[in-house]
Amino acid sequence: MVRAISYLIGLAFVGVLVIALAGTAYTAVTDPAPETAEAEFHRHPEDIGLRSSGLFGKFDDRQVQRGFQVYKEVCAACHSLKYVSFRDLQQIGYSEPEVKAIANQWVTEQPSINPETGEASTRKNIPSDRFPSPFPNEIAARAANNNALPPDLSLMVKARHDGANYIHALLTGYQAQPAELLRKFPDVKTPNGLHYNPYFANLNIAMPPPLTSTGQVTYSDGTQPTVDQMSRDVAAFLTWTAEPKLEARHAAGLASLAFLAIFCFLAWGAYQNVWRDVEH
Amino acid sequence: MSFPWAKQYEPKAPLMRWIDEKLPLPRLAYNAIGAGYPVPRNLNYFWNFGVLAGAALLIQIVTGVTLAMNYAANGGVAFGSVERIMRDVNAGWFLRYAHANGASMFLLVVYVHIARGLYYGSYKAPREMVWLLGVVIFLLMMATAFMGYVLPWGQMSFWGAQVITGFFSAIPGVGETVRIWLLGGYAPDNSALNRFFSLHYLLPFVTAGVVILKIWALHIPGSNNPTGLDVKGPQDTVPFHPYYTAKDAVGLGVFLLVFAALIFFAPNLLGHPDNYIEANPLSTPAHIVPEWYFLPFYAILKSFTADFILPAKLWGVLAMFGSILLLFFLPWLDNSPVRSANYRPTYRAFLWVLLADVLLLGYVGGAEANARNVILGQIASAYYFAHFLIILPLISASERPRPMPNSITEAVLEKHAGTSPTKTAMA
Repeated sequence: MVRAISYLIGLAFVGVLVIALAGTAYTAVTDPAPETAEAEFHRHPEDIGLRSSGLFGKFDDRQVQRGFQVYKEVCAACHSLKYVSFRDLQQIGYSEPEVKAIANQWVTEQPSINPETGEASTRKNIPSDRFPSPFPNEIAARAANNNALPPDLSLMVKARHDGANYIHALLTGYQAQPAELLRKFPDVKTPNGLHYNPYFANLNIAMPPPLTSTGQVTYSDGTQPTVDQMSRDVAAFLTWTAEPKLEARHAAGLASLAFLAIFCFLAWGAYQNVWRDVEH
Repeated sequence: MSFPWAKQYEPKAPLMRWIDEKLPLPRLAYNAIGAGYPVPRNLNYFWNFGVLAGAALLIQIVTGVTLAMNYAANGGVAFGSVERIMRDVNAGWFLRYAHANGASMFLLVVYVHIARGLYYGSYKAPREMVWLLGVVIFLLMMATAFMGYVLPWGQMSFWGAQVITGFFSAIPGVGETVRIWLLGGYAPDNSALNRFFSLHYLLPFVTAGVVILKIWALHIPGSNNPTGLDVKGPQDTVPFHPYYTAKDAVGLGVFLLVFAALIFFAPNLLGHPDNYIEANPLSTPAHIVPEWYFLPFYAILKSFTADFILPAKLWGVLAMFGSILLLFFLPWLDNSPVRSANYRPTYRAFLWVLLADVLLLGYVGGAEANARNVILGQIASAYYFAHFLIILPLISASERPRPMPNSITEAVLEKHAGTSPTKTAMA
C-alpha cells in the first residue's frame, strides 16, 4: 500500500516536471531570452592586492590614513559613515589629540539641541561621536543628488562582491559608453544625469566620477596622488571601516589553528594508543 | 537497554555511591556515552558525525545565548545592534562569526550524517524511530536556521523572510490569511522579527530535547555499523569509552580546524554581501538566494514552472516540503533486509547518482535562472523524486545482494587478513 501511493506520488511529481520541462524548452526555442548589455559589457574588478588580505594580512596604517584623507576631502561631501566613530581612528595610528582635532574640525557638525532653548541645533564633534551624515535626512540627500541616495560607506566593502577590488575598479572605471555597445544595443544609451561605468551592476551609475585628477588631495607622506592611488587608498580605508577587527581576527586565527593542530596530533596519538590491541 | 555484556556502573567513592542512590545521573551518562555502551568495533570515520552534530548544537546554543545578550530584535535597531556587536562588544565579532558559520558547519555535518545513514541503511529496522527523530531534528534545524538568518535584518534577511513566508500564500483559499497571520502583518516587519527571535531562541532547546529522545531510541538496538550486520556477541563490540571517545576527539579536532579556518580567515565566504545592506522594503535585491544549505530545496521549488491542474507555485511548494517529508517514509519505501550499500550494488549505484543529483540541485538553486539552468533543475528534481518514490521501492524488491560476512568480527578479520598477504607479497 505504501508502495502504491509512493509510485503514484512519484509519477505525479515526475509527470508535472516533464510538462514543465517541455514548456521551458519550448519557450527557450521559440522565445529565447534576449541578450542584454549588462551581461555582455559588465566587467569584474581586478585584484588590487591589499596588505590586509591573506592569512597574515594586516592593515597598512599609512595607506588607510591616506584613504581616510580621501574620504574626508572627497567622499564625505555626500557619503555618511554611520557605524564608525572618530575614536576608532586611533586604531589606524592617529594619536588621541589628533583624533580630537579631527573631530573638532570636521565640517559637518553633530545634530544636537540648544541646551537653553531646546531648539534643534548642532555642535562640534567629539571623539565618541559617530561620523555625522552630510545630509540631515534621506529626502535632503536625494534632493541634492538628482534623486539618487548616496549609500552609507561603513560596510560597503562587505556589502558588494569582491568589495575592496570593486571600489577601486568602480572609482577608476568611468569612461565613455563604448561605441560597440551602442551599435549592438541602441536603446540603452546612458541616460542624462547617469554615468557609464562597466563595473557597476547595470552599467549606469548616478554618482559622477568623484576622483578625476592627480593631486585632487595632497598627501603629506609624499605619495603621488594619482586617481588609481587614491582609489586604492580609499578601498583600503573602507576595508578597515567594514572590518575594523580584521587584525585581531587574523592573529586569533593563527593561534587557534596552531592550538587545534597540536590538539589533533595529540588526539590522534591517544586514539592510536587506545585502539592498539583491537583490530577494526 | 543495550547488550547483556555491557559494563555496569560501579561507583567507588562514597560520594558517587551516595549520588547514585539519590539521583543516578552519572549512571545514566555512563550507560549512554561512557563505558557502559557497547558499540560495534568496526565503525569508520563517518560515525563521527553524530557526535559532531551534537557539538555543533552546543556551540550554537552557547554563542547564540551570548549574542542574544547584545542583540535587539527591533526592526529599527536590529541591524545597528549587530554592527555594535561586531565593533564594540568584547570579542563580539568572534561570537557572531562563530554563530553564523556555526550554522553552516552544523548543517554540513548533518548532511554528511544523513548521507551516512542512507549509505549504510541506518534508517532500517530496528532503527526506524532513530531515523524519524533525525528527520524531525532536521526540520527543526531548517526552521531555526531560516529564522536566525532573518535576525540581522539585512536585505537578504528581509527578502528571504518575504519569499519563505510567501510559500504559505500558495495554500488555496486561506493562503494569504495564513501568511498574514504568521507574519503578524502584510509584510515582514517588527512583529515578524520579534516572533522569529522568540522562536529562534526556543527551537534549539526543543532540538536538544529531541536529540535526547534520539539517543535514547538509538541505545535500544545500539549503533549500526559499516557492514549493517547485527551485533552477535561481545567480540563484536568495544565500550564507547575510551574507544569511541578517543576516535571522536580526533573527529572533533578536524571539525574545529575547518570551523576555525572559516571563522578567522573566510567569515563571509558562505554569506551573501547583500545582507550587509540594511533591510529596505522598497528595494528588491537583483537575486534573492537562500543560504547554501537550502539551495537544493530552493532549486526544486523553482523547477515547477507549469500550471497543471494546480498552480505552478503550489506544485513547487508541495514538492519542496514533500522532498523532505518523504524521508519520513524511507524505512518503508526501502524494504530490502540488507542494510549496508556495500552489499547492495544496484542501490549503491543509484545512491551515487542521488548524491550527484543533490549537488546539481544545489548548483541550480544558487545559479541564474536561465533556460539551461531551469532545465537542469527540472531533470534533477525529477530524479530526486523518482529515486525515493519509484526507484528505491523497485530495486529493494528485485536486487540481489552480494554475499555478506557472518559477523562483524569476521568482516574485520577478513579485511585485515585480506590485505596482509598482498602486503607480504609486495615486500
